[in-house]
Amino acid sequence: MSINERNDEMEKLSERELRLMAAKGRLLAVDAIHEAKSGHPGGSLSCMDIMSVLYFDEMNIKPEDPRWEDRDRFVLSKGHCAPALYAMLALRGFFPQEDLKLLRSIKSHLSGHPDMVNVKGVDMSTGSLGQGLSAAVGMAVSAKLRGKSYRTYALCGDGEIDEGQIWEAAMAAAKWQLDNLCAFVDVNGLQIDGKTSDVMPSEPLDDKFRAFNWHVIKIDGHDYSAIREALREAREVKGQPTVIIAATTKGKGVSYMEDQAGWHGKAPNDEQYEIAVNELNAQIKELEAE
Amino acid sequence: MAGKIATRTAYGEALVELAPKYPELVVLDADLSGATKTNSFAKAFPERFFDCGIAECNMTGIAAGMATTGLKPFCNSFAMFTAGRAYEQVRNSVAYPGLNVKVIGSHGGVSVGEDGATHQCVEDFALMRAIPGMTVLCPCDGYEMKKAVEALLNYDGPAYMRLQRSDSEIFTDEVKDYDFEIGKGVCLKDGKDVTIIATGLMVGRAVKAAEILEGKGISARVIDMHTIKPLDEEIVLKAARETGCIVTSEEHSVIGGLGEAVCGLCSEKCPVPVLRHGVMDEFGRSGKAEEVLQHYGLTCEKIAEMAEKAVSLKK
Repeated sequence: MSINERNDEMEKLSERELRLMAAKGRLLAVDAIHEAKSGHPGGSLSCMDIMSVLYFDEMNIKPEDPRWEDRDRFVLSKGHCAPALYAMLALRGFFPQEDLKLLRSIKSHLSGHPDMVNVKGVDMSTGSLGQGLSAAVGMAVSAKLRGKSYRTYALCGDGEIDEGQIWEAAMAAAKWQLDNLCAFVDVNGLQIDGKTSDVMPSEPLDDKFRAFNWHVIKIDGHDYSAIREALREAREVKGQPTVIIAATTKGKGVSYMEDQAGWHGKAPNDEQYEIAVNELNAQIKELEAE
Repeated sequence: MAGKIATRTAYGEALVELAPKYPELVVLDADLSGATKTNSFAKAFPERFFDCGIAECNMTGIAAGMATTGLKPFCNSFAMFTAGRAYEQVRNSVAYPGLNVKVIGSHGGVSVGEDGATHQCVEDFALMRAIPGMTVLCPCDGYEMKKAVEALLNYDGPAYMRLQRSDSEIFTDEVKDYDFEIGKGVCLKDGKDVTIIATGLMVGRAVKAAEILEGKGISARVIDMHTIKPLDEEIVLKAARETGCIVTSEEHSVIGGLGEAVCGLCSEKCPVPVLRHGVMDEFGRSGKAEEVLQHYGLTCEKIAEMAEKAVSLKK
């Protein structure tokens, strides 16, 4: 199978449909975090548009065969955004959407951070920050070694990249010319203690990755045509890994959570939850009406 | 005796010898391939060798990613850096998802010698043993090492194995009915008064200690415990029942290693005196390997002395 030959079992979705999936994903994630009374809404919401494009447009995967050996791989390096991943996997049909109601519960397979052993569709267990990109490098190296055409995607946070291991992995990916690897950095500008620019300034991120010999694309992480175009460009790059630096809004889609560090790792109370549900339902309705 | 060889050297040879039979085997190193002896594999199978530079945490994560695709990665550096520096990566990226990565700690213990304390890991067994589901090996000589490498290739799951820098005599090739099995200790010499349970470099010294004890009229059983976890409970409890006292011996801190594993088992299932021989709660130091070993009392004489004491503690 060639790199561009996608799994044809899924019809290509329009941009409106991709937006709708993201809106539904946001609702599922917020709902799950509210039920769990804990979790990380801010970063889950900021990356949801990227996740929607990956899971409903870009990646070659088979929900009925989660361990299919030629599938594209995805590593959620910022593992605390598991609600976004679980929402996408459920919407894509890896497991029932109702399972999200038991997020973080002792009765559930959906633990607080992604667990590849127990959750169908999770390609790597993550959660301890900074480790996922290395695993993605290993998957991409393995594809090169064995002549496999699958691609590997990773999603990192802009707070997460404080971890030095990210940069160790970045060096290694360039050394082995992993053009089958595409990483996103979800630049929502906030981490637990505040603005990333105050906690540990990471800019200029594009120059940093360029200096590490990566192909760099900067986009608005909520602009669907930009996300799709960046992914298309990444597929055509030869001899270098690609990083898509995506500017996003933390808490995107829920007005009071937007751009608020306080919503990094906190569940909404019942009153706040109702506001969020109303806002997200309105977005869904609007998209369905289009 | 079939001569002297460091277990790291036997390990390097085994990788090369076994590579054709196990096409999924890939080897990663962190800029120490000359010391860890993976350099001959690198030369023979360059496409299956990945030098990750001086970045052990990243190397461990890369190996984890490789393992998710069905490869059998062996990660190499000094014990201090694979088990020590990359501890959390071994725990969270390898062991928690149960991935088939072999974490190799070369230059274990104080017999590293001249490099001194920063490079002498005396807590790798403790660190690796504490990780849920982790298998921990420390073969005692070059012959056993080669068998251990093949056993690891046939074992599907996370495991740690310690290698030795310094040369030591090969003696397990003369053991009757020797069959290497992960989790099964080997009785090298039978005895009735005391049992010495040793691992790694200390096994050879335990055999010599038994000879010293023989001269004093004490009959010592010697067990080569190449697998520290899962501990061979059967052989330990049999020794506890039949000889009534035990001395453990390891080139490792007395905290958290083989000694405490044996103590824990015996106190629960067959309480007998168990004395732990190893490095007390202290760091290593520079010196020639044998000088450093002598400094910390990691000698056959000290084992024999502790065995005598153990016998005296029996009821």
